[in-house]
Amino acid sequence: MATKAFQKIYTKISKITKATCTLKAEGIGNDELAEIDGRLAQVVKIIGEEVTLQVFGGTEGIPTNAEVVFIGKAPTLKVSDQLAGRFFDAFGHPIDGGPEVEGEEREIGGPSVNPVRRKQPSELIATGIAGIDLNNTLVSGQKIPFFADPDQPYNQVMAMVALRAKADKIILGGMGLTNDDYLYFKNVFDNAGALDRIISFVNTTENPPVERLLVPDMALTAAEYFAVEKNESVLVLLTDMTLFADALSIVSNRMDQIPSKDSMPGSLYSDLAKIYEKAVQFPDGGSITIIAVTTLSGGDITHAIPDNTGYITEGQLFLRRDTDIGKVIVDPFRSLSRLKQLVIGKKTREDHPQVMNTAVRLFADAANAKTKLENGFDLTDYDERTLAYAKEYSNKLLAIDVNIGTDEMLDTGWELFVKHFSKEEVGIKQELVDKYWKN
Amino acid sequence: MATKGTVKGIISNLVIVEVDGPVSQNEIAYIKLPDTKLMSEVIKVMGKNTYIQVFESTRGVKVGDPVEFMGYMLEVSLGPGILSRNYDGLQNDLDKMEGVFLKRGDYTSALDDEKLWDFKPLAKADDKVAAADWLGEVDENGQPHKIMVPFVFEGVYTVKSVAEKGQYKINDEIAVLTNSDGDDVSVTMVQRWPVKQPIKAYRDKPRPFKLLETGVRTIDTINPIVEGGTGFIPGPFGTGKTVLQHAISKQAEADIVVIAACGERANEVVEIFTEFPELEDPHTGRKLMERTIIIANTSNMPVAAREASVYTAMTLAEYYRSMGLKVLMMADSTSRWAQALREMSNRLEELPGQDAFPVDLSAIIANFYARAGFVYLNNGETGSVTFIGTVSPAGGNLKEPVTESTKKAARCFYALQQSRADGKRYPAINPIDSYSKYLEYPEYAEYISERIGSGWIDLVNEVKTIMLRGQEVSEQINILGDDGVPVEYHVRFWKSEVIDFVILQQDAFDKVDMLTPIERQEYMLRKVMDICHSDFEFENFTEVDTYFKRIINHLKQMNYSEFESEKFKKYEEELASILKERMAA
Ligand SMILES: Nc1ncnc2c1ncn2[C@@H]1O[C@H](COP(=O)(O)OP(=O)(O)O)[C@@H](O)[C@H]1O
Ligand SMILES: [Mg+2]
Repeated sequence: MATKAFQKIYTKISKITKATCTLKAEGIGNDELAEIDGRLAQVVKIIGEEVTLQVFGGTEGIPTNAEVVFIGKAPTLKVSDQLAGRFFDAFGHPIDGGPEVEGEEREIGGPSVNPVRRKQPSELIATGIAGIDLNNTLVSGQKIPFFADPDQPYNQVMAMVALRAKADKIILGGMGLTNDDYLYFKNVFDNAGALDRIISFVNTTENPPVERLLVPDMALTAAEYFAVEKNESVLVLLTDMTLFADALSIVSNRMDQIPSKDSMPGSLYSDLAKIYEKAVQFPDGGSITIIAVTTLSGGDITHAIPDNTGYITEGQLFLRRDTDIGKVIVDPFRSLSRLKQLVIGKKTREDHPQVMNTAVRLFADAANAKTKLENGFDLTDYDERTLAYAKEYSNKLLAIDVNIGTDEMLDTGWELFVKHFSKEEVGIKQELVDKYWKN
Repeated sequence: MATKGTVKGIISNLVIVEVDGPVSQNEIAYIKLPDTKLMSEVIKVMGKNTYIQVFESTRGVKVGDPVEFMGYMLEVSLGPGILSRNYDGLQNDLDKMEGVFLKRGDYTSALDDEKLWDFKPLAKADDKVAAADWLGEVDENGQPHKIMVPFVFEGVYTVKSVAEKGQYKINDEIAVLTNSDGDDVSVTMVQRWPVKQPIKAYRDKPRPFKLLETGVRTIDTINPIVEGGTGFIPGPFGTGKTVLQHAISKQAEADIVVIAACGERANEVVEIFTEFPELEDPHTGRKLMERTIIIANTSNMPVAAREASVYTAMTLAEYYRSMGLKVLMMADSTSRWAQALREMSNRLEELPGQDAFPVDLSAIIANFYARAGFVYLNNGETGSVTFIGTVSPAGGNLKEPVTESTKKAARCFYALQQSRADGKRYPAINPIDSYSKYLEYPEYAEYISERIGSGWIDLVNEVKTIMLRGQEVSEQINILGDDGVPVEYHVRFWKSEVIDFVILQQDAFDKVDMLTPIERQEYMLRKVMDICHSDFEFENFTEVDTYFKRIINHLKQMNYSEFESEKFKKYEEELASILKERMAA
């Protein structure tokens, strides 16, 4: 960003912390950008003449006499069709060797959609994964994270979902991605011949952590351009939002804010909601769907980051390894798609809701039987059957390597019911049993 | 002269202003920017520095920007035309805003100035009237909307004239009143009221006692809420708070429903926008939207307005109560409001209480819940505001300040339980921990025994005992094994399961099951309790499981069938013969 002739240059920083600098300056607007010693920074607090900025690149090596130039605007992104197929850093600068994008300059983190202008999401997103399509059906305009421990293959599953989702654009917001994962995404999209539909904003582990704070807003500003201006269906992938939240806490703790639970800022809920609520079905057909990753530590969803996320997003997809079958499954108990009732049984076959619920309930019975077994009790005949059922259910439906259509998932469900249970044990509405129960 | 000031500091949406004159706590101020102005509220005064919370993003606000103080607090406009509207937390009409995105500083009027209303006078010249007395009425979506003496009027007035029956706009004069000094004052159909002050223009607020039917069995039968009562629904995310609140707002036997979507998902409000204009009010057959007011301050809308939103909603509810109507107000989620208070308190660098919430959180919540209630108006008519809020406890742990403070304030406690939700036992209200204090009110006992019959409360208490016993047995079976307890224990457990599956669980998405009128609730409860009172004969425990599953299956099919329909009766007959198989002679 070239400095303009009339811009005043400040050279007296009075306070430096790991993430912020404070100096005396006048006529500065809240949220405004500045360059400190060539590094991008943003105004976060003004008290009289004292202006505090968060420095995205970190403050290592910044001297108290560093040149500070205020840019007079909030962070922006230039938007146009030229964004398609390109890879950018957190500031929106190309990292793929290509030219800068020409286009309209927009402030990122822009206003919210008026709720009365939203449309109710209604387009089913088919992924072929029964743990998703059968039990936790996704809908365009939804926001949903994968909850997974760091050793789960969440990025792979996310890439697979993205490619099968038939979106017009896929926008990857990478935060603290390892370089290997970044290249993995690039390769997968390349091999699928999808590169021209992809736009990436990437902060890798090699970049300073505070920069990540810009990534979701960059990705979503690009998404809004395609969804609003071009009426496209846009899928935004945000990985890993836990690392984003960690960056938030770095900045807020440096600003002496009183931390709330798990040393996260008290505003964590609002900060995350601002991002996730960008998911929307627009009235003119465009949509933004957000699939995110929130890594857990030791499966703990009561930690402030997954906890606040769960309160904001429209469900979560919980990945875990099922030791009985040795595969990663979408856990049917802890996963949820809150928008599924908008499509199941409506866009899918009538028996979908009941098959889904019954299958999960029987899986829960199997879990009880397993506990009994572990406690050394005898199993009843019913218990034995639930265990046999559970194994097949896991293998044929819950495993993430499943790739079939929804009708086939439902048929598989009925097959398993018939094979292992009586009609009464299954307890489905009589009309449906009459139609689908085939001995 | 209005007080003016200039911006001295900005910390997110907290702005410090140096002022040149008097300001009052909670006064409204506007920060003037070159292209717009931002509404704010005074929240603290320290010498020359006044701290204001801005109801908008403060992006671009600079030190030196001018601020104008308005001399009034955050107010709402009260008059005909509020029903069916979608407001933001500050009562801006969202439908009147242009464009897909919200624009900062876009304030729209709450009412329609041009619409003509059919006015009918109720008071006549020389009547003595006081605040909230009815001067006339207009028809608003089929409900009598009373035009009242403005709530701010103090003392007794004499009616000088009331407009004749006819069509008027809201700002037309519909009455002239003379005060005790002999001065005439003009009254229109609109008045303003500050949201943080309760409207108290009623004669008496007795303990509430009338059942408010919600159609949700585990509420009406097991832990009933009453007209003018208070309740809250705490639960971890995904356990069904919103679905339950939506079900109640669709089905409850209320005249007016005010929904405050407070810091939660926009798509959930969109669901209401989409469905309510189509769905019918089961009690009147009119469209649900006609009796509904929505206050939407979703999680991505400005945080300070979130706090205002619940007060705005409550004030509208109190306004309709003064007309002698049964109002139900819902807020989802009151925790987001508490968090908004916390964010601001932290920015003000106040001494933090538990979990960094403000120390007076408990008092704030208690004051708010106290605004609900059943009242006798000055003219002897009754009105009520029933309030049900959700609470979103951090980490699902009920030992946190918002849950604990609310528990002290609300009379019904509907605890959603993670394990019930995981097991798809919806609504996931824990039958053992939850309570309704109204069951202990002699007033309620008297009312319900007239409505349903004596012995009802005893029956309900027996249900709770059976559930508790069932849980104890299930714990024992877990420790000792199926074989380790007598067959009789299994029977006891399965009787509690019958109650659970047939009475407590209810499918909010099934057209028939979703709403159960109290007569049907009574019928089913008596049926289920007859089973619980019966003795059955079994050889071993496996027989018990299979047998009771058949019973449950038939009772569930009855729940899914229209009451007393052919299908319903068919399952009932089949059930009778199943029962005969093992019923002890
Ligand atoms: N009564 C019910 N019947 C069927 N499903 C329900 C019921 N209550 C909740 N659910 C399921 O649980 C999900 C989450 O419910 P919701 O009310 O949004 O939870 P919360 O508001 O507590 O986070 C819903 O999307 C739905 O799938
Ligand atoms: Mg909710």
